[in-house]
Formats: sequence, structure tokens, C-alpha cells
Amino acid sequence: MQDGVVKKGVRLGVDIGGTFTDAVLEVAGSRYSTKVLTTYHAPEEAILDAMMQVCAKASIQPEDIEQIIHGTTLATNALIERRGAKTAFITTKGFRDVIEMRTESRFEQYDLNLKLPDPLLPRNRRYVIEERVAASGEVLVPLDVAATEKLADKLAEAKYESIAIGLLHAYANDRHEQKIADILRQRMPSVLLSLSSSVSPQMREYERFNTTIANAYIQPLMKAYLDRLKGRLEEAGAACPVFLMHSGGGIISLESAAAFPVRLVESGPAGGAIFAAEVAARHQLDKVLSFDMGGTTAKICLIQGQTPKTARVFEVARSYRFKKGSGMPISIPVIDMVEIGAGGGSLAHVDNLRQIRVGPESAGSEPGPACYGRGGTRPAVTDADLIMGKLDADNFAGGTIQLEPQKSADALIAHIGDVLNMDAGEAAWGLAEVVDENMANAARVHAIENGEDLSEYVMIAFGGAAPLHAARLCEKLGIARCLVPKGAGVGSAIGFLCAPFSFEANRSVFMPMRAFEPATIKQLFVDMQDEATKFVRSCDGTAQIELEYKIYMRYAGQGWEIPVPLEARDADNPDAARFLARFEEDYKRLFGRIVQGMEAEITVWSVNAFTPTTPPARAQAPKTVEPIETSQTRACFDPALGQAVEAQIVGRDALEMGRGVEGPALIVEDETTIVLPASRSASVASDGTIDIQVKGRGQQTKA
Amino acid sequence: MKISKVAYQVMWNRLISVVEEQAQALVRTAFSTSVREAGDLSAGVYNDKGEMLAQAVTGTPGHVNAMADAVPHFIRRIGRQNMFAGDVYITNDPWEGTGHLHDITIVTPSFLEGQLVGFFACTAHVTDIGGRGFGVDGNSVYEEGLYLPVMKFADKGEVDSTLVQMIRGNVREPDQLIGDIYALVTCNLVGDRRLQDMMAEFGLTDLSGISEFILDNSRSATLECINALTPGVAEGAMRIDGYAQPIDLKVKLTIEKDRILSDWEGTSGVDKKGINVPLVYTKAYACYALKCAIAPDIPNNAASLAPFEITAPENSIVNALHPAPVALRHIIGHMVPDTIFDALDKLLPDRVPAEGAGCLCNFQLQLRPRRDAAAPPEARHAEVLIFNSGGSGARPTIDGLNATAFPSGVMTMPVEATEQVGPVIIWRKELRAGSGGAGQYRGGLGQFMDVGAAEGHEFYLQAMFDRLAHPARGRHGGMAGAPTLIAQDDGTAMRGKGKQFVPHGRVVQMGFPGGAGYGKPEARCRDAVRRDLAYGYITSEQAAEDYGLSEDEIAEILSLASSGADF
Repeated sequence: MQDGVVKKGVRLGVDIGGTFTDAVLEVAGSRYSTKVLTTYHAPEEAILDAMMQVCAKASIQPEDIEQIIHGTTLATNALIERRGAKTAFITTKGFRDVIEMRTESRFEQYDLNLKLPDPLLPRNRRYVIEERVAASGEVLVPLDVAATEKLADKLAEAKYESIAIGLLHAYANDRHEQKIADILRQRMPSVLLSLSSSVSPQMREYERFNTTIANAYIQPLMKAYLDRLKGRLEEAGAACPVFLMHSGGGIISLESAAAFPVRLVESGPAGGAIFAAEVAARHQLDKVLSFDMGGTTAKICLIQGQTPKTARVFEVARSYRFKKGSGMPISIPVIDMVEIGAGGGSLAHVDNLRQIRVGPESAGSEPGPACYGRGGTRPAVTDADLIMGKLDADNFAGGTIQLEPQKSADALIAHIGDVLNMDAGEAAWGLAEVVDENMANAARVHAIENGEDLSEYVMIAFGGAAPLHAARLCEKLGIARCLVPKGAGVGSAIGFLCAPFSFEANRSVFMPMRAFEPATIKQLFVDMQDEATKFVRSCDGTAQIELEYKIYMRYAGQGWEIPVPLEARDADNPDAARFLARFEEDYKRLFGRIVQGMEAEITVWSVNAFTPTTPPARAQAPKTVEPIETSQTRACFDPALGQAVEAQIVGRDALEMGRGVEGPALIVEDETTIVLPASRSASVASDGTIDIQVKGRGQQTKA
Repeated sequence: MKISKVAYQVMWNRLISVVEEQAQALVRTAFSTSVREAGDLSAGVYNDKGEMLAQAVTGTPGHVNAMADAVPHFIRRIGRQNMFAGDVYITNDPWEGTGHLHDITIVTPSFLEGQLVGFFACTAHVTDIGGRGFGVDGNSVYEEGLYLPVMKFADKGEVDSTLVQMIRGNVREPDQLIGDIYALVTCNLVGDRRLQDMMAEFGLTDLSGISEFILDNSRSATLECINALTPGVAEGAMRIDGYAQPIDLKVKLTIEKDRILSDWEGTSGVDKKGINVPLVYTKAYACYALKCAIAPDIPNNAASLAPFEITAPENSIVNALHPAPVALRHIIGHMVPDTIFDALDKLLPDRVPAEGAGCLCNFQLQLRPRRDAAAPPEARHAEVLIFNSGGSGARPTIDGLNATAFPSGVMTMPVEATEQVGPVIIWRKELRAGSGGAGQYRGGLGQFMDVGAAEGHEFYLQAMFDRLAHPARGRHGGMAGAPTLIAQDDGTAMRGKGKQFVPHGRVVQMGFPGGAGYGKPEARCRDAVRRDLAYGYITSEQAAEDYGLSEDEIAEILSLASSGADF
């Protein structure tokens, strides 16, 4: 594909997803991609297979590859499926049950038979030691060394493979954690250790302990997988360095990934967000809503200034219909996104309020939606899309799957139409509207959580199901413009190739503005700088490294901090008045007004080290657009109009720079179909991106 | 224009999303820990008649009916003819709001082209409202803090500065309280903006069509659930500690066609101290308990709540009239669901849980520099409020939840965050082995908490506990949960309720109550007993006495457990 700039080197991006393993090979600025089925028993098999396929397409040898960047759902799945190693946890006496007591609340208020997810480690694998550090970092009770030695013998005898250590306030003083680690290493030389003060040095014990335990729990498995992968790639000739995409949207070395495997959680979706950010950069967009919809879930993320928003806590393995609070918190730097159970395979039913409900239950690929004709009898989103005319039964997935509309209609009638007195068409409309509304609501709540107004945003849609739903979502959200880039089907793997090497170091050091200490702050930043730089250096020994400084501030008494970006000179020469001014500026922007008379405080400090990426070449919008008119049409239901319309059918291949389409239309490609409702028109930019706008806005058309 | 069924489906979803957004905006901008950490808040949207159409699902069942009833009080007191765009109304009236002065309710009218089309309301629990502070010790509501009758906070956009000055002058943390009030105002504005967008998108001029759709569907769904039950009458009762003397809660439950009645005749009278409950709060928890058991999936609105009718004699403790003290109305309010379940179990077997800890195990600390000797210069004053939970009752087919709130849904605060707020040291916060009542399904465990002050400090502990003398009772052969314990580490006894001094160097040791068991312990699955012993959920003594494990079995399990074996 052309994006105007010829990049040096041969790089491979590989994404292991739930169903497919995607590979994208970049050779001299051109990209070659493929999708193969994920091989659960040995995920490296699919990678090898995909690598050989793209090498063949590009006529190169694995030896020619200079860099492999990899993202995977394996870490996430190991946590969801509880396939980790025999792991022990050591904590402060009196706090054995932090990970089991959680927030002491129920995430669903009305279910009398609610079950809370089991903690990652049962109670008999959680051990306590006499010691105590205060919030200030001062030692209140010294570590009981003799008891620790005894415990070490016991753990050795019990043959634990991995041990997590999490002590109260260890983010403020890690001495006791380090001492325990020393004692364990002496007695168990081969055991893997995870310390809360290095895995996630942040305040709030539940999140920190859980993150540390998650790291320990998946470490033996992930380390073994990564070692095996490295070996297999070398055997196949690809002896180049292998890097991993982490949840925060950057790249780390294979060795760092093996030490902190918890940082790989949700690395695939993070790649998707990076992909969207790259498209945003090409099109010079500052406010973007990234919309990634696949077979099972949809991911929504805000991208401002061409950088995905990041957060410090993430919830993995939600056990109760994706409900907030039903999973386990992982506090690591992560791209902030909402994931909801809405994909092409999401199943619908009518509840006792006579309301149509969709997802999170999914038909998956087996049996799949009813129209696949593989035994599915319940209506899925894809069935509704087919009945509404958005999909062509004879030309789905490049013609590889013959769809059966009658089976969709039967499923819709049996599960929705008969209950609500609707025909198949109305039931399909209702189903699609509910799933679109669910996604729109998730986007709205995510925006409000971030103090943002979506009407100023441009949507970037990718993933197999997104182009079918994107324009309708825009109508619902009041978004005027939506881009569907090329390569949307393998967006995450492309994203890996666009990501920088990066590492974010974090510290929880509580400091009210009245106790502002420039010397302490300066030292703190120096330490974090060293830590972050060291990590990035381990990936690339020569590249230029840039640093970003950020603190989290709030008014004393508030619980929600806001991120406040700082400059290098603030880290070198901290000045209280400047820090406060920065905070007030950002607070006002988010919430309208500052709060007079309240003291501000700093809770978390961070330094992000990264290798700057070359900005992508700008995509050019056509100066004039010449509309394509085709004679081929299909009836397609337009929900905004509440009626069927005749939509033109246009092949995406036929759309070159400067051509355009007026809705209603369907732009068809192998992996997906872009639905253009009557309210929208589309044009093609120089990079092949389809640019969808409200009619009468944007480019001037010739017609 | 005829609006399609699909459009109404979308609009209903949208309104539910609007109130969730409204609640989220409040959490983001609030100051009180009770709101932003623990989720003690609610938000709702109403039609022009004041009927609630949707309510955000937050941690506070206590606000359910209270919020539904609140807006009509505002319409009546302010008068429709006096309502204008830009107005904001306020109250903390315990009887017309949500049960105590610490809950501030803000109502905002919504106008479209000059027509009043609906209302937004929200409520939040603020940390301080003046008076004696949050605790049991008031003898009347006058001592419990500043009272704000239903009135205008802003008139056509203009905030009443006299009112603001009055509020500021009467509370301990004026900036924080005014900040919270503005957060509530903002939260309604966010809701209103979304409602206006929705009405424009669907071309609505009023909310009558969508109201009818929501209320009709909710009413018929609720009636369907009620009419599926066998009609009947049953009584439920529970005795709890109270303050001066034990309190009897009594309810008669009548299931008939199209409605369920709960009548609290026979319940104890009002107490001298602040544990009395305005009827609106009793209604909320009674209704919550019934909805959980009978119609859990139906969203809260005027129609889905209407078939649940709740009555209580005036000046019984569950229908305390002005000026009874009501600050800690949650203690008895949180016991209402277990009382309802006692009756409901006789009508609907195998549906409701055994009794649980019931009320939250909250306490507030007032820390200060020690006065018995020289205090270090850095010693300071601080107010620290901590929410905690005991165990919930075992369910008909599942164990109770360990250290998890029911019926309240609020969260605890992280220990590390609490220790950053004030000079307090929490020495222990962990599950209380053996506190879950034995049964075929075991009650949830309570928790142990040991709390002291940092070096150089002493403190008052404001206790808000029940179940010291009246632990949770088991159902169908299940055994009682463990009672609440509280004492100082040198053995000094402490009371379950009220403000008590703790000298320098002393630690308060508390055991929060466990939930009760369900079914006979001998019917418990052996593997579950073995696991409970291995995990230390039960003690060796319980394993032997309640579940009949032999000494050898116990030794074998404990030895396996200590090597980290799977159970």
C-alpha cells in the first residue's frame, strides 16, 4: 500500500487474536498481509505459517526480516482461563485477604445469587509476614527475618514455581520486599519473583497486589512461550530481534516482556488504537474516536492530538456480562478504552420487559450466526445486517462463505418477531438499532468520563464489522465525519509496526502543594528517567530517546486525579507556582471552572521514555470529487429514515483518489462492506482511505 | 408523526444511558469520599408530572423510592407557575428527600422552547452538614445539622448568594460542601443537555409518548412477575440491638393480584437517639428487597415501583416523624430487607437468603494530637470516615459472600488511601475465620479490623455497629453468623454505637459479623467443608463440631493446605 514515504527495513507485525492470527510484512514501504487461524495448542505455529505466507507474497526470505513486533491475547487468556502456574503470595501480616475482599461491594445490585470471581490465588497460597511500613515510607515494624527464612523453606518444599511479594506501602519503601526476595533467591534459585514495588509501584493495595500476582501467575507460561517462539523463529531463519507490543501502546524487548508479562494484557487492541492514531496523523486529525468492531467485541478509544488516551488501571476478565467491577484490576500503563460485548456474532433475545437485548453472548465462529448455515438458530448481529441488505449473501468474505438469508429470517422471527409481533425486517432493524445504541451509549459514557464532547470528533473505523455499523453510529453520536482506512481488517498488526519503543515509569508519592519539595521531586524524576531509559535502551542501543513527564493532580479531598503534562525544565527545576498553574489550566478545560480556596495535591508521577517515530506522510484530500454512478443496486434498510432505500453497489477497488459516492450506497471489499446511509457521502483520499461525511459538508462535489 | 416501536426502544435505552452519564459526571467532580470513592449517590430523569422514568444504578438502594417520591414534593412546594428555565432547586429534608440531613438532593427543571417537559434529580451523601457531626448522638433532628427546606438554589440562572453564605457559615468544611453542591448542579445539566439532544433527534416536543411506553411496559412486566406468584399472607420479624434497648422489626407481607403490601404494624417505637428511619427510606429498602427477589431485571421507575405498597404506624422506628433524630437511619434501614425475607421465605420457598450482617460496619475517627503528654510538632487533627462490610447470608444454593455489602452496594476505601488522609494506622483488615454461620450453604465471613492512631495521636471513635447481641439467624437449619465484637487491645470494653475515646497507644479491635447459614450443616458437600478448612474459612473446631470431620481428616487437610495443594 502506498502511504507516500518509503520506510527503510523489513519488519513483520504479528497479532494473535481469539480467532485469527494476523501478519503484516512491511518491505520498503509496501505492506503484505495475511490471516490464519490461531493455533491454541502452540500459538507459535500460526505465527510461523503466517510469516511464511507473507514472505512468499513479498518474495523475500525470513532471513531478510530485520524486526518482528508481536502482540498477543495469550496473557489475557491465561488470566481469563486461569491457566497460570503454581504461585504463592507473601504479604504484610493482617492483610492476607486484600485480593479476595476486593472493594467489598457487589457489581450487580439486584442479583441475589451473585457470585464474585474467585481470587487468582486461593487463601492457602497467600502467606503473611510480620513487618509494617507507614504511608510515609517509615518502617513501623521491622521485617521478621527468621520467620521469612522459615517461610522460604516451606515454599521451596511446596515447589512453588512463581512467587509474588506485595507489602503495604511498598510503593513508598521497597526495602522489605527486596529483603524477602533476597532470602527467597538464596533458597529457591530458580523460582520466578514478582515484587509489587517493581511490577506496579502505585498506591492502592488491591490493584497493586492483584497486578503483582497476575504477573507472577502468568510469568512461567509466558516466559516459556516467548522462549519457544524465539527458538522456532530462529530455526525458520528469522533470527532478528523480537519485540512485544505492551498494553500502553509501546514496544518492549522480549526479555522485558518475559519479566513483566502482565504488561502484555490487551496488547492486540492497543495495536488497533496505535493504528487509528497513525491514520489520524496522516489526516491531521486532533480529535478521533477509534471504533474497532470484530466478531465478539467492540473497542472504543479516544485519540487526542494523534495520541491514544492512556490510563493507569485496567480491568481484565470481566466475569459478568462485561459488567464494570466483575473482573480484576490490573494497574499498569494502558491505552484507555471501553470494550463491550457487541460484535458480528453477538446474539439477540427478547427479555421479560419485551425489550430486544443483544450480546454479550456471542455465536463465535462455531456455530456462527444463523446465516452461516452451521447449525446456529439464534439471531446474531450479522443476521440482522444480512436481512437489512447491508451484506451480499453470495459475496461474503470474498465469496468464501455462502450466507443463507432464510436462516437469518427464521431466527429473527422465532426469537424476536413472534414475541414482539414484528416481521423479519422490523426485527432485524430493531436488533441492529439496539446493538448500535449499545455501542453509542458506551462511547457517550466514555466521553463524559473524559469530559469530552463527541460532536467535535472524527471516527476512524476498522475491524471486520465496524464499516457496517460506523455510519449509523455517527448519526447517533452526532459525528459528522468517519474514515475507513485501507487494511482495516488487520489494523492491530499494522499498528504494531507504527508503535514506538517506549516504557513508562510510575511512582506514587503523595505531595500536597504546601509540602512541595523541589529537591525530592528532582531526584524522583531522575530515578524514573533512568528506569524508563534503561528499558528503551535494551530494545534499541542507539536510537534517540525522548522523554515525557506527567503528574497526576487533584484538589485535596477529591478522588479523581487529572493528568498534568510537564516539560523537561519542570523536572530539572521544579517550581510550585508553575505546577499549580498547569493543573488549574487543565482542570478548567475539563470541568469548566477551578475550585477556589482548595489546596491541590500530587499523587502520581510518571516519566515515559520513547523512541520518536517518523511522522507519516500526510494524506491528501481530493480537490474535486467526481461521483461514481453504477447501475447495480440493492435494497438496503436505512434506520435513520425508517425505510428501505435502493443503494448503489460500488467496489472499493473502483474507488480511486478523487472519486466519490453519494449515499445510499454499499462499498464492497473482500473483508467487509462499508454502509453509506442516505445522509452521507464518501470520497477517497490519496492513501486510499474512504472519507465519509454528512452530505453537503466537506469536499465540493462536481455534480 | 407516528413514532415506531423501534424508536421507543432506542429512546428508553438512551434515557438509561443519560442517567448513567449524569451519575458519572457527579463522581468525577465530587469532593466527599462517600460520593467519589464509595458511590453513595443517585441520579434520575422525570416527566413533567414528576414521574420517574429512569434512574442510574448506583450503590444506594436507599435512594430508590426516595428519589422517585422527591420530585412531586418539589413541584408541590415550589409551584409550577414559579418554575423557569435556569432554575435549580435544593433540599436535604429527611422526609421529603432521602432520609437524613447528610443527603443533599438537587432538582432541575427541563424546558423545551419555553415548555416544562421534565425534571432531573440527583442526590449525594456529603461528609459534613454541621450540627453534632455524623453520628448517633443527636436527640432531635435539630442537633444533626443544617436543614435546607425545599427551595430555589438558583432562580433563572442566578444562584442565591444569601443561601450560599448561610450554608457556608453552618458547616465544618464549607468549600467541600459548596463544591459538592455545584457537582450536583453540573450533573443535572449534563443530563439535560443529553435529553435536549434526544428530543431534537427524534423530533419530540414533549415526553408523553416515551413516558407512556416506558411506564406501560414496566407496569405490565412488574405485574406479570407479581401475578406469577401464589397469593398469600406471611409475617416476618427480626430483633436487633438498637441503641437504648433492643428493637423489634415486624412486617406483614400480603401478595395479591397486581400488588404486594408490606405493613410494619407491631414494630418498636422511635428511639431517643439518631437511628430512627423516615418512612421514605423504609419504603426504599423494602421495595429493593422485594424487587431483588421478584423482579430483578426491571429498571426502577414510577410504574415498576408502584405495585409495591409499604405502610407503617406513625412514630414506629421505621416511620419516624419530624423532629426525631435520623442521622444513622441506615442501620435499621439496612435491616429491613432481612425482615422482609423472613416473611417472603414463607411464601416463596428457596428464593431468599438467610440473614446477613445487614448494616454496613462504618465508623468515623476524630484524630488529634495527644493531650496526656507532649505531642510531636507534626501531630494534627483529622476526620476519617471508613465504610466496611460484614458477611452476607447464605443463599438457597450458594454460600454467602465474604465481607461484601448487602443490601447496601457501596465500596470500601483502600487502606493505603485512608492512611494517606489522616494519622491512622490500620493494623489488620482481613477475613474473620469461623464467622460464617454453618449450614449446607455457609454464611459469608465477616472481617477483623484493628485500628489505632499514628504515634503522638489519640482519637474518638464514632461507632455505628449493630448485631453485637443479635447475630444473623440461619434459615432452614442453618446456624447463626458470629456477632459483632469491639474492644480495645488491653481488654477495655467498647459500645456498638456512639462516640468513645481511645487513648494514645491503644488499638481498637473489631470483629464484624458473619452471615448466617442456609440448610443443615450435615448436608454440606464434603469437598466444600474440606476446602473451607484448607482456606481457613472455618476453624478446626467448627470442622469437628459443626461438620463432623474427624481429627485425622482435619490434620491431613491442614497439612495438604500448608503446602499449597489444590482444593
